[in-house]
Amino acid sequence: MSQDLLLKVELRSDPSMLCVVRGAMERLTETFGFSPADCRSVTRAVDEAITNIMRHSYQGQMDRPIELLCRRVPKRSGKASGDGFEVLLRDRGPAVDPKKLRGRRLDEIKPGGLGLHFIRQSMDVVEFTRGRGANQLRLVKYLHPEQRD
Amino acid sequence: MQISARRIDTTTIFDVIGDIDLANSPEIRKALLKEIKETKTPRVVMNLAKVRYIDSSGVASLVEGLKASRDAGTRFVLFGLSPAAREVLQLSRLLKIFEVHDTEEQALG
Repeated sequence: MSQDLLLKVELRSDPSMLCVVRGAMERLTETFGFSPADCRSVTRAVDEAITNIMRHSYQGQMDRPIELLCRRVPKRSGKASGDGFEVLLRDRGPAVDPKKLRGRRLDEIKPGGLGLHFIRQSMDVVEFTRGRGANQLRLVKYLHPEQRD
Repeated sequence: MQISARRIDTTTIFDVIGDIDLANSPEIRKALLKEIKETKTPRVVMNLAKVRYIDSSGVASLVEGLKASRDAGTRFVLFGLSPAAREVLQLSRLLKIFEVHDTEEQALG
């Protein structure tokens, strides 16, 4: 098994699992060396991403698979940063139209559409791909130079 | 998450404890909208001092409560925002659209 692998979990699309994932992410990001604020940011991004899968990809079905994988990735070349904390989330829902992954404008006062905003605000890399019958969301957050590698 | 309601004169206060996420935000939304639209309580107050986490679906429930209160001509007030609740409302730039107070006494003033 890769030494860079930090965590691999398969969970069902049951919202009661969200608090379990948050608990794991809070501990894992702390162990990785993030500041308390960055630990909260990464945890929030993963929570919102899984929420989006449950609501939009699986339309509220509670027994569908979600794969969560976290690993350490090398620092970015040419940029002052430490190692990265990469999160891969895969689901087996229907293909998502990338045009719908925009979130809403923040000057609109209406419920909904905030999850993507929180994800983009929290992470350095947000990439969505589709392949082999699965949606994959890749998120990366890099340590600040003063934080521990 | 636990939500309980207290009635003081013409005000209903909801005390929320724990994490608000997709698993329970529908419960918050239902309680708020029932109080505002059906019971027509003149002032509905949310105590968020013991909210450890709130996600976008929880924020959306608060926004729905605010919109319903505006439609009904009633007051919707938040108080005692925990650091987590304040941070999320600031990130969503929604903090300033709510009537927010530090304490219950101020919220009922």
